[in-house]
Amino acid sequence: MARIIVANTEYKVPSNLTIMKALEYLGWRLKRGVGCRGGFCGACSTIYRMKGDHKLYTGLACATKVEDGMIIAQIPISPANKKSYNIDSLKAQPNTILELYPEVARCISCNTCTKACPQDIQVMDYVQAALRGDIAKAAELSFDCIMCGLCATRCPAEITQFNVGILARRLYGKYIAPKYKQLEKRVKEIEQGKFEDELSKLTKASKQKLVELYAARVREEVKR
Amino acid sequence: MTEKIAYYPGCTAKSYAKYMDSTARIVMKELGIELVELDRWNCCGTVYGLADDNLYSQLAPIRNMIRTLENGFDEVVTICSMCYNTLARANDLFKSDKEKADRLNAFMYKEPDYEGNVTVLHLLDLLVKRVKFQAVKEKVTNPLKGLKIAPYYGCTLLRPREISIDENIEHPSILSELIFALGGEPVEDPYMTECCGSYLTVKDKHLVADRTNKIVGSMQKRSADIIMVSCPLCQFNLDRRQKEVKALNPAFHKVPIVYFTQLMALAMGVDYKKLGFQDHYVDPVPILKKRGLIREKKKVAAKIAK
Repeated sequence: MARIIVANTEYKVPSNLTIMKALEYLGWRLKRGVGCRGGFCGACSTIYRMKGDHKLYTGLACATKVEDGMIIAQIPISPANKKSYNIDSLKAQPNTILELYPEVARCISCNTCTKACPQDIQVMDYVQAALRGDIAKAAELSFDCIMCGLCATRCPAEITQFNVGILARRLYGKYIAPKYKQLEKRVKEIEQGKFEDELSKLTKASKQKLVELYAARVREEVKR
Repeated sequence: MTEKIAYYPGCTAKSYAKYMDSTARIVMKELGIELVELDRWNCCGTVYGLADDNLYSQLAPIRNMIRTLENGFDEVVTICSMCYNTLARANDLFKSDKEKADRLNAFMYKEPDYEGNVTVLHLLDLLVKRVKFQAVKEKVTNPLKGLKIAPYYGCTLLRPREISIDENIEHPSILSELIFALGGEPVEDPYMTECCGSYLTVKDKHLVADRTNKIVGSMQKRSADIIMVSCPLCQFNLDRRQKEVKALNPAFHKVPIVYFTQLMALAMGVDYKKLGFQDHYVDPVPILKKRGLIREKKKVAAKIAK
Protein backbone atom coordinates (compact mmCIF):
# COMPACT_ATOMS: atom_id res chain seq x y z
CA MET A 1 0.00 0.00 0.00
CA ALA A 2 1.06 3.62 -0.62
CA ARG A 3 0.22 6.61 1.55
CA ILE A 4 -0.98 9.56 -0.54
CA ILE A 5 -2.34 12.94 0.46
CA VAL A 6 -5.38 14.14 -1.47
CA ALA A 7 -7.14 17.39 -0.51
CA ASN A 8 -5.04 17.59 2.67
CA THR A 9 -6.11 14.14 3.91
CA GLU A 10 -3.85 11.10 4.02
CA TYR A 11 -5.12 7.82 2.57
CA LYS A 12 -3.72 4.37 1.99
CA VAL A 13 -4.20 3.00 -1.53
CA PRO A 14 -2.80 -0.06 -3.37
CA SER A 15 0.56 1.00 -4.80
CA ASN A 16 -0.04 -0.50 -8.23
CA LEU A 17 -2.80 1.98 -9.07
CA THR A 18 -2.58 5.08 -11.23
CA ILE A 19 -3.47 8.37 -9.57
CA MET A 20 -6.84 8.31 -11.32
CA LYS A 21 -7.64 4.75 -10.22
CA ALA A 22 -6.52 5.62 -6.70
CA LEU A 23 -8.96 8.53 -6.54
CA GLU A 24 -11.78 6.24 -7.64
CA TYR A 25 -10.61 3.61 -5.16
CA LEU A 26 -11.12 6.28 -2.50
CA GLY A 27 -14.68 6.76 -3.68
CA TRP A 28 -14.28 9.95 -5.69
CA ARG A 29 -16.63 10.23 -8.63
CA LEU A 30 -14.65 11.98 -11.34
CA LYS A 31 -16.65 14.29 -13.57
CA ARG A 32 -13.95 16.76 -14.56
CA GLY A 33 -10.28 16.07 -15.04
CA VAL A 34 -10.98 12.70 -16.60
CA GLY A 35 -11.23 11.62 -20.21
CA CYS A 36 -9.73 8.87 -22.33
CA ARG A 37 -7.92 7.16 -19.44
CA GLY A 38 -5.17 6.23 -21.89
CA GLY A 39 -2.79 9.19 -21.83
CA PHE A 40 -4.05 10.78 -25.04
CA CYS A 41 -6.72 13.37 -24.28
CA GLY A 42 -4.90 15.57 -21.79
CA ALA A 43 -7.90 16.04 -19.49
CA CYS A 44 -6.36 14.74 -16.25
CA SER A 45 -3.50 17.18 -15.61
CA THR A 46 -2.14 16.64 -12.13
CA ILE A 47 0.50 18.32 -10.02
CA TYR A 48 2.16 16.66 -7.07
CA ARG A 49 5.04 16.87 -4.66
CA MET A 50 6.87 14.10 -2.88
CA LYS A 51 7.31 14.44 0.87
CA GLY A 52 10.72 15.91 1.64
CA ASP A 53 11.36 17.01 -1.96
CA HIS A 54 11.16 20.68 -3.01
CA LYS A 55 10.26 19.94 -6.61
CA LEU A 56 6.78 20.34 -8.05
CA TYR A 57 6.08 17.43 -10.38
CA THR A 58 3.49 17.21 -13.13
CA GLY A 59 1.80 14.27 -14.77
CA LEU A 60 -1.38 12.80 -16.21
CA ALA A 61 -3.48 11.12 -13.52
CA CYS A 62 -4.31 8.23 -15.86
CA ALA A 63 -0.68 7.53 -16.74
CA THR A 64 1.17 8.15 -13.46
CA LYS A 65 1.42 5.52 -10.75
CA VAL A 66 0.90 6.52 -7.13
CA GLU A 67 3.98 6.54 -4.93
CA ASP A 68 4.38 6.58 -1.21
CA GLY A 69 4.43 10.17 0.05
CA MET A 70 2.68 11.80 -2.91
CA ILE A 71 0.82 15.06 -2.26
CA ILE A 72 -1.66 15.37 -5.11
CA ALA A 73 -3.81 18.10 -6.67
CA GLN A 74 -5.64 17.90 -9.98
CA ILE A 75 -5.91 20.78 -12.44
CA PRO A 76 -9.20 19.99 -14.18
CA ILE A 77 -9.06 22.91 -16.59
CA SER A 78 -6.40 25.42 -17.55
CA PRO A 79 -7.75 28.92 -18.27
CA ALA A 80 -6.33 29.71 -21.69
CA ASN A 81 -5.90 32.67 -23.98
CA LYS A 82 -7.48 31.33 -27.15
CA LYS A 83 -7.77 33.54 -30.19
CA SER A 84 -10.45 32.95 -32.78
CA TYR A 85 -9.21 33.12 -36.34
CA ASN A 86 -10.20 31.91 -39.76
CA ILE A 87 -7.41 29.67 -40.94
CA ASP A 88 -8.37 30.34 -44.57
CA SER A 89 -7.66 34.06 -44.24
CA LEU A 90 -4.33 33.66 -42.39
CA LYS A 91 -0.99 33.48 -44.16
CA ALA A 92 1.96 31.36 -43.04
CA GLN A 93 4.34 34.29 -42.57
CA PRO A 94 7.09 34.72 -39.96
CA ASN A 95 4.94 37.12 -37.88
CA THR A 96 1.55 35.34 -38.17
CA ILE A 97 1.80 33.63 -34.78
CA LEU A 98 3.15 36.76 -33.06
CA GLU A 99 0.25 38.83 -34.36
CA LEU A 100 -2.28 36.50 -32.75
CA TYR A 101 -0.24 35.69 -29.66
CA PRO A 102 2.10 38.66 -29.08
CA GLU A 103 2.87 37.36 -25.58
CA VAL A 104 5.17 34.81 -27.26
CA ALA A 105 7.71 37.64 -27.35
CA ARG A 106 7.69 37.64 -23.52
CA CYS A 107 9.41 34.23 -23.45
CA ILE A 108 12.64 34.47 -21.47
CA SER A 109 13.78 30.90 -22.17
CA CYS A 110 13.41 29.82 -18.54
CA ASN A 111 12.36 26.35 -19.76
CA THR A 112 9.73 25.94 -17.02
CA CYS A 113 7.19 24.82 -19.65
CA THR A 114 9.48 22.03 -20.85
CA LYS A 115 10.03 20.89 -17.27
CA ALA A 116 6.23 20.75 -16.79
CA CYS A 117 5.34 18.82 -19.95
CA PRO A 118 4.13 15.25 -19.28
CA GLN A 119 4.72 14.42 -22.95
CA ASP A 120 8.44 15.34 -22.76
CA ILE A 121 8.02 17.90 -25.52
CA GLN A 122 10.68 20.61 -25.93
CA VAL A 123 8.00 23.23 -25.26
CA MET A 124 10.36 26.18 -24.89
CA ASP A 125 12.06 25.27 -28.16
CA TYR A 126 8.78 25.37 -30.08
CA VAL A 127 7.78 28.67 -28.49
CA GLN A 128 11.20 30.00 -29.52
CA ALA A 129 10.72 28.65 -33.05
CA ALA A 130 7.34 30.44 -33.16
CA LEU A 131 9.02 33.62 -31.93
CA ARG A 132 11.48 33.64 -34.79
CA GLY A 133 8.78 32.74 -37.32
CA ASP A 134 9.86 29.15 -37.97
CA ILE A 135 6.34 27.69 -38.25
CA ALA A 136 7.49 24.32 -39.60
CA LYS A 137 9.82 23.77 -36.65
CA ALA A 138 7.17 24.86 -34.13
CA ALA A 139 4.71 22.42 -35.72
CA GLU A 140 7.22 19.57 -35.71
CA LEU A 141 8.36 20.07 -32.12
CA SER A 142 4.81 20.46 -30.74
CA PHE A 143 3.40 17.48 -32.62
CA ASP A 144 2.92 15.26 -29.54
CA CYS A 145 1.02 17.96 -27.58
CA ILE A 146 -2.19 16.72 -25.96
CA MET A 147 -3.15 20.20 -24.74
CA CYS A 148 -3.25 19.32 -21.05
CA GLY A 149 -2.32 22.93 -20.25
CA LEU A 150 0.36 22.25 -17.63
CA CYS A 151 2.91 24.36 -19.55
CA ALA A 152 0.56 27.35 -19.57
CA THR A 153 -0.21 27.13 -15.87
CA ARG A 154 3.51 27.18 -15.05
CA CYS A 155 4.71 29.84 -17.53
CA PRO A 156 6.05 33.00 -15.83
CA ALA A 157 5.53 34.89 -19.12
CA GLU A 158 1.84 33.83 -19.13
CA ILE A 159 2.00 32.33 -22.61
CA THR A 160 -0.63 29.76 -23.61
CA GLN A 161 1.89 27.48 -25.28
CA PHE A 162 -0.49 24.75 -26.41
CA ASN A 163 -2.63 27.20 -28.41
CA VAL A 164 0.50 28.57 -30.04
CA GLY A 165 1.48 24.99 -30.94
CA ILE A 166 -1.83 24.08 -32.50
CA LEU A 167 -1.85 27.31 -34.52
CA ALA A 168 1.61 26.40 -35.83
CA ARG A 169 0.42 22.90 -36.78
CA ARG A 170 -2.71 24.26 -38.50
CA LEU A 171 -0.65 26.76 -40.49
CA TYR A 172 1.84 24.04 -41.34
CA GLY A 173 -0.85 21.60 -42.42
CA LYS A 174 -2.68 24.10 -44.58
CA TYR A 175 0.12 26.11 -46.13
CA ILE A 176 3.55 24.51 -45.69
CA ALA A 177 3.27 20.71 -45.72
CA PRO A 178 3.74 19.18 -49.16
CA LYS A 179 0.46 18.21 -50.80
CA TYR A 180 -0.10 14.54 -51.62
CA LYS A 181 -1.10 14.45 -55.27
CA GLN A 182 -2.14 10.79 -55.08
CA LEU A 183 -4.64 11.59 -52.35
CA GLU A 184 -6.20 14.41 -54.36
CA LYS A 185 -6.46 12.09 -57.35
CA ARG A 186 -8.12 9.38 -55.31
CA VAL A 187 -10.63 11.78 -53.72
CA LYS A 188 -11.56 12.98 -57.21
CA GLU A 189 -12.03 9.38 -58.37
CA ILE A 190 -14.32 8.69 -55.43
CA GLU A 191 -16.31 11.85 -56.15
CA GLN A 192 -16.69 10.79 -59.78
CA GLY A 193 -18.16 7.49 -58.62
CA LYS A 194 -15.35 5.22 -59.79
CA PHE A 195 -15.87 2.76 -56.94
CA GLU A 196 -19.66 2.94 -56.61
CA ASP A 197 -20.48 -0.15 -58.72
CA GLU A 198 -18.10 -2.33 -56.78
CA LEU A 199 -19.30 -0.95 -53.47
CA SER A 200 -22.95 -1.56 -54.27
CA LYS A 201 -22.10 -5.15 -55.28
CA LEU A 202 -20.54 -5.64 -51.86
CA THR A 203 -23.43 -4.11 -49.93
CA LYS A 204 -25.87 -6.43 -51.75
CA ALA A 205 -23.76 -9.56 -51.37
CA SER A 206 -24.75 -12.35 -48.96
CA LYS A 207 -22.67 -13.14 -45.89
CA GLN A 208 -21.44 -16.34 -47.56
CA LYS A 209 -20.30 -14.38 -50.62
CA LEU A 210 -18.57 -11.76 -48.46
CA VAL A 211 -16.61 -14.44 -46.63
CA GLU A 212 -15.50 -15.89 -49.98
CA LEU A 213 -14.52 -12.50 -51.34
CA TYR A 214 -12.61 -11.68 -48.17
CA ALA A 215 -10.65 -14.93 -48.33
CA ALA A 216 -9.82 -14.37 -51.98
CA ARG A 217 -8.86 -10.70 -51.70
CA VAL A 218 -5.63 -9.50 -53.19
CA ARG A 219 -3.29 -8.20 -50.55
CA GLU A 220 -1.20 -5.22 -51.38
CA GLU A 221 2.09 -6.98 -50.60
CA VAL A 222 1.09 -9.90 -52.87
CA LYS A 223 0.31 -7.44 -55.65
CA ARG A 224 3.76 -5.93 -55.33
CA MET B 1 40.24 22.05 -45.08
CA THR B 2 37.27 24.11 -44.05
CA GLU B 3 37.33 25.30 -40.47
CA LYS B 4 34.05 25.00 -38.60
CA ILE B 5 32.68 27.31 -35.96
CA ALA B 6 29.43 27.28 -34.00
CA TYR B 7 27.06 29.90 -35.35
CA TYR B 8 24.26 31.64 -33.48
CA PRO B 9 22.13 33.50 -36.04
CA GLY B 10 19.52 35.12 -33.75
CA CYS B 11 15.81 35.55 -34.43
CA THR B 12 16.08 38.69 -36.59
CA ALA B 13 18.58 36.99 -38.88
CA LYS B 14 15.85 34.43 -39.55
CA SER B 15 13.21 36.97 -40.50
CA TYR B 16 13.81 40.70 -41.11
CA ALA B 17 17.56 40.37 -41.63
CA LYS B 18 17.63 37.06 -43.47
CA TYR B 19 19.99 38.46 -46.11
CA MET B 20 22.48 39.37 -43.41
CA ASP B 21 22.46 35.68 -42.49
CA SER B 22 22.69 34.38 -46.05
CA THR B 23 25.44 36.78 -47.11
CA ALA B 24 27.44 36.00 -43.95
CA ARG B 25 27.32 32.29 -44.80
CA ILE B 26 28.41 32.97 -48.40
CA VAL B 27 31.39 35.18 -47.52
CA MET B 28 32.61 32.98 -44.68
CA LYS B 29 32.46 29.91 -46.93
CA GLU B 30 34.53 31.85 -49.44
CA LEU B 31 37.03 32.58 -46.64
CA GLY B 32 37.26 28.90 -45.70
CA ILE B 33 35.07 28.93 -42.57
CA GLU B 34 31.82 27.05 -42.28
CA LEU B 35 29.26 28.61 -39.95
CA VAL B 36 27.59 25.64 -38.23
CA GLU B 37 24.20 26.77 -36.95
CA LEU B 38 23.48 25.42 -33.45
CA ASP B 39 20.91 22.62 -33.78
CA ARG B 40 18.94 24.11 -30.88
CA TRP B 41 19.02 27.75 -29.88
CA ASN B 42 16.72 30.31 -28.32
CA CYS B 43 16.36 34.08 -28.43
CA CYS B 44 19.50 35.72 -27.00
CA GLY B 45 17.34 37.74 -24.59
CA THR B 46 17.25 40.73 -26.97
CA VAL B 47 18.55 43.26 -24.48
CA TYR B 48 21.08 42.59 -21.72
CA GLY B 49 19.23 42.55 -18.39
CA LEU B 50 20.64 45.29 -16.18
CA ALA B 51 18.46 44.53 -13.14
CA ASP B 52 20.99 43.04 -10.74
CA ASP B 53 18.38 41.05 -8.83
CA ASN B 54 16.60 39.55 -11.83
CA LEU B 55 18.50 36.53 -13.02
CA TYR B 56 15.59 35.43 -15.21
CA SER B 57 16.86 37.66 -18.01
CA GLN B 58 20.25 35.87 -17.95
CA LEU B 59 18.74 32.43 -18.57
CA ALA B 60 18.22 32.89 -22.30
CA PRO B 61 21.79 33.92 -23.18
CA ILE B 62 23.43 31.38 -20.85
CA ARG B 63 21.30 28.57 -22.25
CA ASN B 64 22.81 29.29 -25.68
CA MET B 65 26.28 28.77 -24.15
CA ILE B 66 25.16 25.31 -23.01
CA ARG B 67 23.85 24.58 -26.53
CA THR B 68 27.22 25.60 -27.95
CA LEU B 69 28.98 23.06 -25.72
CA GLU B 70 26.36 20.41 -26.58
CA ASN B 71 27.24 20.94 -30.25
CA GLY B 72 30.89 20.25 -29.47
CA PHE B 73 32.23 23.81 -29.66
CA ASP B 74 33.70 26.22 -27.12
CA GLU B 75 33.34 29.31 -29.29
CA VAL B 76 30.20 30.77 -30.78
CA VAL B 77 30.02 33.48 -33.40
CA THR B 78 27.08 35.77 -34.08
CA ILE B 79 26.38 38.42 -36.71
CA CYS B 80 23.84 40.64 -34.96
CA SER B 81 25.33 43.33 -32.72
CA MET B 82 22.43 43.14 -30.25
CA CYS B 83 22.79 39.37 -29.90
CA TYR B 84 26.55 39.77 -29.53
CA ASN B 85 26.12 42.33 -26.76
CA THR B 86 23.55 40.31 -24.82
CA LEU B 87 25.39 36.98 -25.13
CA ALA B 88 28.84 38.38 -24.37
CA ARG B 89 27.72 40.42 -21.34
CA ALA B 90 25.72 37.58 -19.83
CA ASN B 91 28.71 35.31 -20.36
CA ASP B 92 30.94 37.87 -18.63
CA LEU B 93 28.55 38.15 -15.71
CA PHE B 94 28.50 34.37 -15.41
CA LYS B 95 32.31 34.18 -15.36
CA SER B 96 32.76 36.98 -12.85
CA ASP B 97 30.01 36.24 -10.33
CA LYS B 98 30.23 32.74 -8.89
CA GLU B 99 27.13 33.14 -6.73
CA LYS B 100 24.93 34.18 -9.65
CA ALA B 101 26.45 31.44 -11.79
CA ASP B 102 25.53 28.84 -9.18
CA ARG B 103 21.98 30.13 -8.92
CA LEU B 104 21.55 30.06 -12.69
CA ASN B 105 22.86 26.49 -12.87
CA ALA B 106 20.56 25.45 -10.02
CA PHE B 107 17.55 26.86 -11.83
CA MET B 108 18.47 25.13 -15.09
CA TYR B 109 18.88 21.79 -13.36
CA LYS B 110 17.66 19.86 -16.40
CA GLU B 111 20.63 21.15 -18.40
CA PRO B 112 24.26 20.18 -17.77
CA ASP B 113 26.00 22.74 -15.52
CA TYR B 114 27.68 25.56 -17.41
CA GLU B 115 31.17 26.52 -16.29
CA GLY B 116 31.71 29.74 -18.19
CA ASN B 117 34.00 28.09 -20.74
CA VAL B 118 32.50 29.44 -23.98
CA THR B 119 33.89 32.41 -25.88
CA VAL B 120 31.41 34.68 -27.64
CA LEU B 121 32.63 36.31 -30.85
CA HIS B 122 31.12 38.75 -33.26
CA LEU B 123 31.76 37.93 -36.92
CA LEU B 124 33.94 41.06 -37.15
CA ASP B 125 36.01 39.68 -34.24
CA LEU B 126 36.50 36.49 -36.20
CA LEU B 127 37.54 38.44 -39.29
CA VAL B 128 40.09 40.50 -37.36
CA LYS B 129 41.53 37.81 -35.11
CA ARG B 130 41.33 34.61 -37.14
CA VAL B 131 40.76 35.36 -40.81
CA LYS B 132 42.69 38.68 -41.05
CA PHE B 133 41.69 41.42 -43.44
CA GLN B 134 44.57 40.54 -45.76
CA ALA B 135 42.80 37.24 -46.50
CA VAL B 136 39.57 39.14 -47.16
CA LYS B 137 41.44 41.43 -49.55
CA GLU B 138 42.76 38.44 -51.47
CA LYS B 139 39.21 37.21 -52.13
CA VAL B 140 38.02 40.53 -53.54
CA THR B 141 37.24 40.30 -57.26
CA ASN B 142 34.98 43.33 -57.55
CA PRO B 143 36.76 46.01 -55.49
CA LEU B 144 34.41 48.69 -54.22
CA LYS B 145 36.53 51.33 -55.95
CA GLY B 146 35.25 54.87 -55.63
CA LEU B 147 32.48 53.90 -53.23
CA LYS B 148 32.44 56.21 -50.22
CA ILE B 149 31.31 54.06 -47.34
CA ALA B 150 30.49 55.50 -43.92
CA PRO B 151 31.05 52.89 -41.20
CA TYR B 152 28.43 52.95 -38.45
CA TYR B 153 29.07 51.01 -35.23
CA GLY B 154 26.21 52.13 -33.00
CA CYS B 155 26.53 51.20 -29.34
CA THR B 156 26.27 47.48 -28.92
CA LEU B 157 29.53 46.45 -30.62
CA LEU B 158 31.58 48.79 -28.47
CA ARG B 159 29.96 49.30 -25.09
CA PRO B 160 30.66 48.42 -22.35
CA ARG B 161 34.46 48.28 -22.63
CA GLU B 162 34.67 44.65 -21.46
CA ILE B 163 32.98 43.33 -24.57
CA SER B 164 34.07 45.95 -27.12
CA ILE B 165 35.26 44.44 -30.40
CA ASP B 166 37.58 47.40 -30.89
CA GLU B 167 40.19 48.53 -28.37
CA ASN B 168 39.44 52.14 -29.17
CA ILE B 169 35.85 52.65 -28.10
CA GLU B 170 35.69 56.34 -28.95
CA HIS B 171 37.34 56.04 -32.32
CA PRO B 172 37.09 52.46 -33.55
CA SER B 173 38.64 51.47 -36.87
CA ILE B 174 37.65 47.84 -37.54
CA LEU B 175 34.96 48.70 -40.10
CA SER B 176 37.25 51.19 -41.85
CA GLU B 177 39.92 48.51 -42.12
CA LEU B 178 37.34 46.17 -43.61
CA ILE B 179 36.30 48.87 -46.09
CA PHE B 180 39.95 49.31 -47.13
CA ALA B 181 40.24 45.56 -47.61
CA LEU B 182 37.17 45.62 -49.86
CA GLY B 183 38.72 48.40 -51.93
CA GLY B 184 36.27 51.07 -50.78
CA GLU B 185 36.83 54.47 -49.28
CA PRO B 186 35.86 54.87 -45.60
CA VAL B 187 34.16 58.10 -44.60
CA GLU B 188 34.53 58.35 -40.83
CA ASP B 189 32.04 60.53 -39.03
CA PRO B 190 31.74 61.63 -35.39
CA TYR B 191 28.26 60.10 -35.31
CA MET B 192 29.51 56.60 -36.16
CA THR B 193 29.37 55.52 -32.50
CA GLU B 194 26.13 57.32 -31.61
CA CYS B 195 23.01 55.36 -30.67
CA CYS B 196 20.38 55.00 -33.42
CA GLY B 197 17.52 55.14 -30.89
CA SER B 198 17.26 51.38 -30.60
CA TYR B 199 13.86 50.03 -29.44
CA LEU B 200 12.45 53.51 -28.95
CA THR B 201 11.53 53.08 -32.61
CA VAL B 202 8.48 51.12 -31.43
CA LYS B 203 7.31 53.76 -28.98
CA ASP B 204 8.32 56.98 -30.69
CA LYS B 205 9.33 56.76 -34.32
CA HIS B 206 9.78 60.54 -34.59
CA LEU B 207 12.47 60.45 -31.93
CA VAL B 208 14.32 57.84 -33.98
CA ALA B 209 13.70 59.86 -37.15
CA ASP B 210 15.45 62.74 -35.38
CA ARG B 211 18.43 60.49 -34.58
CA THR B 212 18.45 59.27 -38.18
CA ASN B 213 18.44 62.84 -39.44
CA LYS B 214 21.48 63.65 -37.29
CA ILE B 215 23.45 60.49 -38.04
CA VAL B 216 22.66 59.96 -41.73
CA GLY B 217 22.53 63.72 -42.36
CA SER B 218 26.04 64.17 -40.95
CA MET B 219 27.39 61.30 -43.02
CA GLN B 220 25.85 62.58 -46.24
CA LYS B 221 27.42 66.01 -45.57
CA ARG B 222 30.72 64.17 -45.70
CA SER B 223 29.55 62.87 -49.08
CA ALA B 224 29.05 59.25 -48.03
CA ASP B 225 27.45 57.14 -50.77
CA ILE B 226 26.31 54.38 -48.49
CA ILE B 227 26.36 53.49 -44.78
CA MET B 228 27.68 50.14 -43.51
CA VAL B 229 26.18 48.60 -40.34
CA SER B 230 26.41 45.35 -38.40
CA CYS B 231 23.06 45.39 -36.59
CA PRO B 232 19.57 44.66 -37.94
CA LEU B 233 17.97 47.16 -35.54
CA CYS B 234 20.37 49.95 -36.55
CA GLN B 235 19.67 48.97 -40.17
CA PHE B 236 15.92 49.15 -39.62
CA ASN B 237 16.06 52.49 -37.81
CA LEU B 238 18.50 54.28 -40.10
CA ASP B 239 16.84 52.86 -43.24
CA ARG B 240 13.08 52.90 -42.55
CA ARG B 241 13.02 56.10 -40.53
CA GLN B 242 14.40 58.05 -43.48
CA LYS B 243 10.74 58.07 -44.56
CA GLU B 244 9.93 60.36 -41.61
CA VAL B 245 13.12 62.43 -41.88
CA LYS B 246 12.01 64.28 -45.00
CA ALA B 247 9.38 66.12 -42.92
CA LEU B 248 12.05 67.18 -40.39
CA ASN B 249 14.64 68.25 -42.88
CA PRO B 250 13.62 69.12 -46.47
CA ALA B 251 17.27 69.27 -47.57
CA PHE B 252 17.77 65.62 -46.62
CA HIS B 253 18.35 63.11 -49.37
CA LYS B 254 18.24 59.39 -48.87
CA VAL B 255 21.32 57.24 -48.20
CA PRO B 256 21.17 53.42 -48.38
CA ILE B 257 22.01 51.44 -45.24
CA VAL B 258 23.63 48.04 -45.85
CA TYR B 259 25.10 45.22 -43.78
CA PHE B 260 28.88 44.72 -43.89
CA THR B 261 28.25 41.16 -45.07
CA GLN B 262 26.30 42.42 -48.10
CA LEU B 263 29.19 44.66 -49.20
CA MET B 264 31.68 41.85 -48.55
CA ALA B 265 29.65 39.54 -50.78
CA LEU B 266 29.39 42.21 -53.48
CA ALA B 267 33.15 42.78 -53.38
CA MET B 268 33.74 39.03 -53.57
CA GLY B 269 31.80 38.93 -56.82
CA VAL B 270 28.44 37.54 -55.65
CA ASP B 271 25.52 38.47 -57.94
CA TYR B 272 23.91 41.59 -56.45
CA LYS B 273 20.45 40.06 -56.92
CA LYS B 274 21.32 37.52 -54.19
CA LEU B 275 22.15 40.20 -51.63
CA GLY B 276 18.59 41.15 -50.61
CA PHE B 277 18.73 44.79 -51.71
CA GLN B 278 15.06 44.51 -52.73
CA ASP B 279 14.16 44.39 -49.00
CA HIS B 280 15.68 47.81 -48.26
CA TYR B 281 13.59 50.95 -47.96
CA VAL B 282 16.38 53.03 -49.54
CA ASP B 283 17.54 51.06 -52.56
CA PRO B 284 21.34 50.69 -52.69
CA VAL B 285 21.32 49.57 -56.35
CA PRO B 286 21.31 53.03 -58.08
CA ILE B 287 24.44 54.28 -56.28
CA LEU B 288 26.23 50.95 -56.76
CA LYS B 289 25.42 51.12 -60.49
CA LYS B 290 26.57 54.74 -60.63
CA ARG B 291 29.92 53.72 -59.15
CA GLY B 292 30.18 50.91 -61.68
CA LEU B 293 30.05 48.14 -59.07
CA ILE B 294 26.97 46.51 -60.55
CA ARG B 295 26.99 45.77 -64.22
CA GLU B 296 24.00 44.42 -66.08
CA LYS B 297 25.80 41.81 -68.14
CA LYS B 298 23.04 41.25 -70.71
CA LYS B 299 22.58 44.94 -71.49
CA VAL B 300 26.31 45.45 -71.88
CA ALA B 301 26.50 42.47 -74.21
CA ALA B 302 23.54 43.76 -76.20
CA LYS B 303 25.17 47.17 -76.57
CA ILE B 304 28.39 45.62 -77.77
CA ALA B 305 26.47 43.55 -80.30
CA LYS B 306 24.88 46.72 -81.74
